Amino acid sequence: MSALLSVTNLSKEFGGVHAIEDLSFEVQRGHVHSIIGPNGAGKTTLFNLVTGLYQPSAGAVTLGGRDITGRAPHKLCEMGMARTFQNLQICMNMSALENVMLGRHRHLGSGALAAMLKLPGLRKADRHCREHCRELMTFVGCGDYLDHAASAMPYGALKRLEIARALAAEPDILLLDEPAAGLNATETEALKSVIQKIAGKGITVVLVEHDMKLVMNVSDHLLVISYGRKLAEGTPEQIREHPEVIAAYLGGGTRERQAQEVPA
Amino acid sequence: MKEARAMKKNILISPYGGLLLLALILALMPLAVSNDFHYDLLTKICLTATVAVGLNLLVGYAGQVSLGHAAFYGAGAYASAILTSQYNLSPMVALLSAAAGVGVMAWLVGRPILHLKGHYLSMATLGLGVIAAIVLNNEEQLTGGPDGVGLPPLSLFGHELSVFGEYQFAGLTFTGVELWYLLAAAVLVIAVLLALNIIDSPLGRALRALHGSEIAAQVAGVDTAKYKLRVFVISAVYASVAGSLYGHYSGFITPTVASFEHSIELITIVVLGGMASTFGVIIGAAILVLIPQFLTDFQELEMVVFGAILMAVMIFLPRGLLPSVLQRLQRGAQ
Amino acid sequence: MFSEFFQFTFSGITLGAIYALVALGFTLIYNASHVINFAQGEFLMIGGMGTVVLVGTGLPLPAAMVGALVLATVAGILLHRLAIAPARDADVVTLIIITIGASIFLRGLAQFFWGKEYHALPRFSATESLSIGGATLLTQSLWILGIAVVLVVALAMFFSRSKLGKAILATSMNKDAARLAGIKTQVILGVAFGISALLGAAAGLIVTPITFTAYDVGIMLGLKGFVAAAIGGLGSSTGAVVGGLLLGLSEAYTAGYISSDYKDAVPFVIILAILFFLPNGLFGSRAAERV
Repeated sequence: MSALLSVTNLSKEFGGVHAIEDLSFEVQRGHVHSIIGPNGAGKTTLFNLVTGLYQPSAGAVTLGGRDITGRAPHKLCEMGMARTFQNLQICMNMSALENVMLGRHRHLGSGALAAMLKLPGLRKADRHCREHCRELMTFVGCGDYLDHAASAMPYGALKRLEIARALAAEPDILLLDEPAAGLNATETEALKSVIQKIAGKGITVVLVEHDMKLVMNVSDHLLVISYGRKLAEGTPEQIREHPEVIAAYLGGGTRERQAQEVPA
Repeated sequence: MKEARAMKKNILISPYGGLLLLALILALMPLAVSNDFHYDLLTKICLTATVAVGLNLLVGYAGQVSLGHAAFYGAGAYASAILTSQYNLSPMVALLSAAAGVGVMAWLVGRPILHLKGHYLSMATLGLGVIAAIVLNNEEQLTGGPDGVGLPPLSLFGHELSVFGEYQFAGLTFTGVELWYLLAAAVLVIAVLLALNIIDSPLGRALRALHGSEIAAQVAGVDTAKYKLRVFVISAVYASVAGSLYGHYSGFITPTVASFEHSIELITIVVLGGMASTFGVIIGAAILVLIPQFLTDFQELEMVVFGAILMAVMIFLPRGLLPSVLQRLQRGAQ
Repeated sequence: MFSEFFQFTFSGITLGAIYALVALGFTLIYNASHVINFAQGEFLMIGGMGTVVLVGTGLPLPAAMVGALVLATVAGILLHRLAIAPARDADVVTLIIITIGASIFLRGLAQFFWGKEYHALPRFSATESLSIGGATLLTQSLWILGIAVVLVVALAMFFSRSKLGKAILATSMNKDAARLAGIKTQVILGVAFGISALLGAAAGLIVTPITFTAYDVGIMLGLKGFVAAAIGGLGSSTGAVVGGLLLGLSEAYTAGYISSDYKDAVPFVIILAILFFLPNGLFGSRAAERV
């Protein structure tokens, strides 16, 4: 097993507040690696740091052995990283299908001249892209919305649409930020099988999620963070038994002290 | 049933169907008009619409505001004037050199300002436009200052195209005014075709994504800075070409072509006609060229009426004329 | 040599005080409604032209001034009520075009009713100028500075002391919360437009004795006010005052030492230079984008 993504001593401060503090972990290739923790633990900040939307205050991130610390999001996409957002980032001025096709950007020629002259090569590639993205929409369960405008879609479908857009990039690693938030039980069940199918294709998945049942079902490995620091790490079984995790999730008031006691 | 109706609708409002319709209307226009004055207005509409179609790529599709676009129009016109009269270049060579030069200029000024957002981008583009107009006014040796500068007639393949000339083609006689209209109409059709091609491509998707969600675009692999710069340059080149042509057509230009007021007129055309609607902005251009003609009846009240119309349209049809009308028609059909 | 510098500095501060007032007007409206009001310059025009016209009807100067200020304030409130409030959900660019339409409309009205001629006002003091250390100071400049300081202080007190001022602040910070707290936000926004128009008209009025006025003076003055507001960082009142003074001084020095042909370009060169290094102006807040 080799680590695909590795985070070393990562820190992020916002005006003196440590959102992420000295955090280190590795994600093994082919794993579904979940990151859990109470609200405000810094999970989304961590995603934003890893995907280049925020610049870390200190520490390093590597992908496949290459240093990617602070690299621009579009460059990370070209290196095979894709993600979704907790608060949707959908282009509401475009159709659902076009949003997914946008995800394939890195595989298509986008020269201005070729576009203006509608060169046959580009047209053919774009037609293939359209077909492929329709399949992806069906794959994630958005098959009912193939001809819809993004703005006409319900919330749950938009969440899946973001997954389709991320998959369109054909990533090696996919980061999902609370994909089950706001979904009902049936939708969550469908999401679970989508995640399993994605993992089945050999794509490494990093999952931030509050739905414990989903997390425990799909994950190979878990990372628990609290107040920006690592609380625990291990397999679902190990985490289930972990006293500090139980305390953090059930203990409420002792959370702060617990977090400080954990050695970095 | 539902699918069949969707198909039919697609052909009717498919962009390329619109292009065909536009070409047809432009080709049939000579049947409807008779005098030189009408041809003059039509030519001006076509050239103005060409700028607007380019500006719409930037503002309507990519969502980046420019309140200084007349600077590129003026730069094209003045570059053509200076290159033809002071460096004796042929008008076509001058036009192409001007377009290339303006493209480079847009690239250079665009790099530092396009990372600005919202009102700060408006401010920066506005500032560039005002500075360009002041330079044109003050560099008298080069530009003739506020009095303006003359341009020779356009020449195509060795033939001069003067508005005062008369030309024989295949047994038919055309006046220079008529030929100018046909030329401007052809330029507009080509401008629209290229714009539609861009929109219907991966590049166009990336541009619209800048408007929809810059973050989505970034994580999907779009180098947002590069694409903003690209569309800025493309729209500047559109403006430059139209400016050069206008200069040769009118034979004389003053710094007002690059003025703040003209920049405002251009952005107004885009917003009034309908942002992200290529055919909407052509209608916008037609309205802004024609409105002063209709308002001459109001004489002293011309500005009042124009201001009131502008406000009313934007308040009641905030998405612009064509998109709002299409939306109502669609709703009516359902 | 020194007297020259003193002279330029003084005229720069005078000009800067005017820009600062216009910029404060922009800031006020921007904070309250996030609209950049391109009709702001027209309030200056109404202040100047209105006074001229009312004096022409035989009114004494002070009464004419009050009349013009009232006229501009009413115009500001109507602008909000009739043009901005109905379009509050519109796109930013659409709102820009609406305010541009309003500015053309107001300019057109002024041209129709008041004519296209240039006008001046008598200076406020009988003594026209003072001589200090070889430099000539216009007494009108002292009036301008004095009135500008009074207005800025009054505005600051209004926002920190009065209930209405606090309601405007609350509305600009969070419209929904203000509405829940029982503030009628649309009325408040109208008041903000009115005050902004009043500030603009006062600036236009006090500057007229030294610069002339006409139906179209609002365009350039309005644009420079926008620049001053952006230099400081849109939304910052301190920034608006600093930006105004900076603009006035650099314009005066350019005209004095370099070239008066390019003095109108100075504000725009400055703002481009500033935005190049500080994309949110000098005092603008750097809000991190939340994802």
